[in-house]
Amino acid sequence: MRKIAVSRIQELFAAIAAGQTLYLPVDTKAGAKFEQWESGKQLSSALNTVRSAKDFFFPQTENLMDFRVEGKKIEIIDTRRESEDFVLFGVRACDVRSFTVLDRVFLAEPVDTYYKNRREHGLIMSMSCTRPAETCFCGTFGIDAAEPEGDVVCHMTADTLYLDAKTEKGSALLEGLSALTEDCAAEDEAAVERHRELSHERLSKLPLASLSADRFGADKTDEFFNDPAWKSLSEACLGCGTCTFVCPTCQCYDIQDFDTGHGVKRFRCWDSCMYSDFTKMSAGQPRLTQLERFRQRFMHKLVYYPTNNDGLFSCVGCGRCLSKCPIQMNIVKVMKQLGGKQND
Amino acid sequence: MTDMKEPLIPVVGVVTDIRIDTPDVKTFRVVTPEGKKAFAHKPGQCAMLSVPGVGEAMFSITSSPTNEEYMEFSIKKCGCVTEWLHAMEVGQQITIRGPLGNGFPVDTAFAGHDMLFIAGGIGLAPLRSVINYCRHYRDRYGKIDIVYGSRSKQDLVDYQEIIDEWAGDEGVNVYLTIDREQPEWDGHVGFVPNYVKELGFSTDKIAVLCGPPIMIKFTLAGLMELGFDKTQVYTTMELRMKCGIGKCGRCNIGSKYVCKDGPVFRCDQLDELPDEY
Ligand SMILES: Cc1cc2nc3c(=O)[nH]c(=O)nc-3n(C[C@H](O)[C@H](O)[C@H](O)COP(=O)(O)OP(=O)(O)OC[C@H]3O[C@@H](n4cnc5c(N)ncnc54)[C@H](O)[C@@H]3O)c2cc1C
Ligand code: SF4
Ligand code: SF4
Ligand code: FES
Repeated sequence: MRKIAVSRIQELFAAIAAGQTLYLPVDTKAGAKFEQWESGKQLSSALNTVRSAKDFFFPQTENLMDFRVEGKKIEIIDTRRESEDFVLFGVRACDVRSFTVLDRVFLAEPVDTYYKNRREHGLIMSMSCTRPAETCFCGTFGIDAAEPEGDVVCHMTADTLYLDAKTEKGSALLEGLSALTEDCAAEDEAAVERHRELSHERLSKLPLASLSADRFGADKTDEFFNDPAWKSLSEACLGCGTCTFVCPTCQCYDIQDFDTGHGVKRFRCWDSCMYSDFTKMSAGQPRLTQLERFRQRFMHKLVYYPTNNDGLFSCVGCGRCLSKCPIQMNIVKVMKQLGGKQND
Repeated sequence: MTDMKEPLIPVVGVVTDIRIDTPDVKTFRVVTPEGKKAFAHKPGQCAMLSVPGVGEAMFSITSSPTNEEYMEFSIKKCGCVTEWLHAMEVGQQITIRGPLGNGFPVDTAFAGHDMLFIAGGIGLAPLRSVINYCRHYRDRYGKIDIVYGSRSKQDLVDYQEIIDEWAGDEGVNVYLTIDREQPEWDGHVGFVPNYVKELGFSTDKIAVLCGPPIMIKFTLAGLMELGFDKTQVYTTMELRMKCGIGKCGRCNIGSKYVCKDGPVFRCDQLDELPDEY
């Protein structure tokens, strides 16, 4: 483990940014947001960004390829470019886990090379949490906010930033920063340990600390699919899709062509299973009402995804859908309603 | 990374022949600009065809894998992409990517068995590839029965091939039916599910069903009445698709993705999926 005084954090950012693009959460009028660091930009003190960090690997829109069309002839133009190296600094434990959730989809055969390209060029410097919010429930999914995953795990106390490399990529980065940072002694390890304890203590007092996902998971489709509670839960849902767009693990996408007049661009953009035209076909609409669409979103996170991924849930408890849904409906309410006694 | 093959990037295909099958179905022959088959496939697998600027859509590869020269697609006109495809002339380039989906277990579960194929309308498209595969490797399969129905005689896809080639084959029986009487038709009249029950097939065979959802539902019930077990019956599913590779989320039913885990399912496997479709 290495350390640097918090007062010198701008020097650290400058040193990282010298080697690759650095993105970190900064405060904006619309809340905290990942932005490219440049001299003087301050790290946000907000707990987390309004939008998740998935944009860096799975952007909201991207150009997949171009076509040149001339008469009856078509030329396909591969627009893929090797991604630049970049560092994401200050990613919270929930969002780091969301990358694992997305990896299981995009890196499964056949590999999505757009995603893989960015994933391989990105380095994650995660940040442990000491001031979790009331909407946080990462612990429900076995995520430790005090010890996130990532290439370099950071812990920030009042005066010191500790940097702990967990992967080869992370070690290489820290080696390059060794002139700026100092090695840690036993008392530093103790300080980080106290920091973790403080975090655990606060996490244990959160209102959602006892929320359990035990009743959900792989192969539980029959148990929940026909539950009458879906009706009341979905009744007020506007089908606006906000919950899917702010969610770090929602991965559904659409592919659309756009004729620029000088050629055709094929785009991919986020889509939402909350929309009625998501599954609409000439032969009919399989998910007729908002109930079916609403159920799909939550069954996918709590049952279907775990069935295909060794029990891993595709909710990371970030709480974004709790604070952003216009009708205050969310996955916690679903889990409480369907989750039986333990969640009362 | 950028030298890795990207499953969403298609190759160019050239339409070398267009056959008018019915008032709203045409069959297109597709090869690469070099005149070759774009890729190898299994019976029942699909491909995404696209018209750049209009969009991409999923179609069964209706030609058999044993045809090594070209691929064929029988396409019903019903929207933007399919209308555009129907307006094409020979020589037009399109894009193609695949093979997508699992295909039928022709060399495992089907091998050595008598086969009963039941199709309705454009549902013959995926079955034609299996039927021609079984006809090609005739000694690997037992008796072949084919029940095919459409609204009218004009709506029977592949009619000429059925009459000229399939019907004359040793050990192949073809039973055609249309929904309503019409002057130039002296064959059977009535819906496919009823016809299957009337014909009363013995249950020592594998049945493969494809057609509109309502036809599948009633035919399956009919087969159950005849004593078939769901493990002997295969069908294909059709859901809205975009990626075709299990990532865009669109064709998800329960823990399955129809594009990748299907479109071919054994009917007992369908029962394990939530009742959403
Ligand atoms: C696995 C699979 C195999 C298929 N095989 C064949 C085939 O061999 N021959 C054939 O003619 N058709 C086949 N289809 C159906 C074909 O994909 C649709 O008819 C086609 O996508 C419609 O595209 P479009 O742009 O013309 O219609 P659009 O303009 O996109 O839409 C017209 C209508 O079709 C709906 N639609 C969009 N996508 C689909 C879809 N995937 N399936 C059904 N309706 C859709 C739209 O919601 C709308 O109501 C297959 C579909 C699947 C999923
Ligand atoms: S649950 Fe809330 S955020 Fe999600 S679609 Fe419904 S109304 Fe919108
Ligand atoms: S479902 Fe809600 S709490 Fe769970 S990861 Fe998505 S946005 Fe966060
Ligand atoms: S079509 Fe994208 S997941 Fe099946």
